[in-house]
Amino acid sequence: MTLPFAPWADPAAEPLIDLRNVTKRFGAFEAVRDLSLTIHEREFFAILGPSGCGKTTLMRMLAGFETPNEGQILLDGQDLTPIPPAKRPVNMMFQSYALFPHLTVEKNIAFGLKREGIPKDEIADRVTDIMRLVQLTDFARRKPDQLSGGQRQRVALARALVKRPKLLLLDEPLGALDKKLRQETQFELMNIQETLGTTFVIVTHDQEEAMTVSSRIAVMRAGELAQVATPTDLYERPETRFVADFIGEVTVLEGRVTTASRGGVGLAAMEDAPDLRVMTEDTPPAGTTAWLALRPEKVSISAARPDGADNALSGKVLDIAYLGNISTYHVELANGTIIKAQESNRQRADRRGITWEDTVWVTWEEDAGVLLRA
Amino acid sequence: MTNRFSWFSATSLTLGMAFLYLPILILVVYSFNESRLVTVWGGFSTKWYGELFRNEAFLDAAWVTLRVALISATVATLLGTLAAYALVRAGKFRGRTLFSGMIYAPLVMPEVITGLSLLLLFISIGMDRGITTIILAHITFGMCFASVVVSSRLVAFDASLEEAACDLGCTPVQAFFYVTLPVIAPAIVAAWLLAFTLSLDDLVIASFTSGPGATTLPMKIYSQVRLGVTPEINALSTLLIGFVSIGVILASLAGKRAAVET
Ligand SMILES: Nc1ncnc2c1ncn2[C@@H]1O[C@H](COP(=O)(O)OP(=O)(O)OP(=O)(O)O)[C@@H](O)[C@H]1O
Ligand SMILES: [Mg+2]
Repeated sequence: MTLPFAPWADPAAEPLIDLRNVTKRFGAFEAVRDLSLTIHEREFFAILGPSGCGKTTLMRMLAGFETPNEGQILLDGQDLTPIPPAKRPVNMMFQSYALFPHLTVEKNIAFGLKREGIPKDEIADRVTDIMRLVQLTDFARRKPDQLSGGQRQRVALARALVKRPKLLLLDEPLGALDKKLRQETQFELMNIQETLGTTFVIVTHDQEEAMTVSSRIAVMRAGELAQVATPTDLYERPETRFVADFIGEVTVLEGRVTTASRGGVGLAAMEDAPDLRVMTEDTPPAGTTAWLALRPEKVSISAARPDGADNALSGKVLDIAYLGNISTYHVELANGTIIKAQESNRQRADRRGITWEDTVWVTWEEDAGVLLRA
Repeated sequence: MTNRFSWFSATSLTLGMAFLYLPILILVVYSFNESRLVTVWGGFSTKWYGELFRNEAFLDAAWVTLRVALISATVATLLGTLAAYALVRAGKFRGRTLFSGMIYAPLVMPEVITGLSLLLLFISIGMDRGITTIILAHITFGMCFASVVVSSRLVAFDASLEEAACDLGCTPVQAFFYVTLPVIAPAIVAAWLLAFTLSLDDLVIASFTSGPGATTLPMKIYSQVRLGVTPEINALSTLLIGFVSIGVILASLAGKRAAVET
């Protein structure tokens, strides 16, 4: 049995990248604020966050195009701050690809190796190898403007990878591709990353993409880290409402903790309804405000009240979002709260029972949701 | 290709070409005229070319013009490129708007005023007028055109290309020479050509800033034509046209090669 890949869980492991209390200001504006983070070798690390939260700024500091105002960035224990971009074992794949328009695919890829002064034969070998890896061999003599978006993206990737950097930065690499090509490329990226064992840091807007490719995800918010965790943990155990809301769909119910015992609490979320039963390890004291985050796929919907459910509430179907394989039902409770419930569509749409305006029951188990304290 | 090249585009191309080149063609044809009368065809002859090459005054003027054009175009392109780079790239510095406005002003300034003001400047600093002053004057206006041409290309140039070059191991200076320069090279060639041609055919500014002993071809031609058009002038003009055409063709070939290679 092989152990799962989780060097971040090992306190003795030396991180590849160590950001220590990094702050970056543009004028008075703090684009990145007191941010600390470690990234380990062979990780596929994703940075996720709303527009303007400082993702690109963080990447540019790693590449060396911006200097932190405060704090340190260490690579293999060495301070990167005084090292110019050209001398860092870090390469970046730009959002615009930034291919050199006057050079062929081959020469674009060889560009970085030539600057290193590597012998000609070795350059030729390495360029050939990397072109095979990213399936560009047939396009070696073309100019960037004779390539499709997906091919250009692969040239940009090859050009950065051929330098064999310790760290590869990808700033929204797949932003310009359509959904299908995007998914294919995601898997290609994962394969390449596994083949070469390079550490990847990828910035994306697309949470699905981050969930698919990465070993860990950092969610950023206004220049700070909201949470750093594996995709599963981030989805199943978000720490804040922001993270819960940012990753996937969620219903958040606000309430007051009434009874607190080890392993579970009662949450008074609405008047004239019994307290919700929530299982949690981190029990807040009674009387405080807390939030229950519920993923729609963990909430069931039925016409009749089912027996034995831990939590059951009745409401009216307000809206049905039909997504083909699944449907999301928006159920409005008597007090106006909306709870989302998801059912997979095993039957054809015209044969299913529940429709708009129906009175239904939504139910979930006490361990279905997560209790949040912020 | 064939169906896109319809009769409509063929006709408009022919008409446009005729409009542009018919007068020039007539001039070229008459330069091979045997007769001394410019408008009467008297058979084919190259004797006016022979006359031309025995005419010291014309040859002197041609040599002055060529030196002025070569030097002024080269310096103007260099300065214009630097100015364009500073304006487009250096970000916001104090007085940038003023500076960029000022660099474009000579484009719209009447030539007479540019010439006159330069003349006044040269007089006031006590500079002897001659070939040097013509060169300086041509650098002045050639630089404006060069910077306009180069900056239009630089604006379209993606700044992340230079960052990518640095990321791949270039110093900023190397990034400029390996990436920026090749990418904007066609614009620089075009700028040089423009400055060169403008200098070749400038009459007004050269007249203001020249002194005794420094007569450019346009000045020479103009003064001759006032005494009547001779076939010699036609021959001279034909040579000028040929010279400029060869220059343009060479430059565009070089531009294409630069784009293919490197
Ligand atoms: N050179 C700069 N000068 C001033 N402000 C800047 C500069 N670069 C970035 N900013 C600001 O810093 C903040 C973070 O920018 P950044 O580009 O890192 O965002 P981002 O998370 O990458 O956003 P997006 O997802 O839209 O790319 C933004 O508010 C931006 O306006
Ligand atoms: Mg960005």
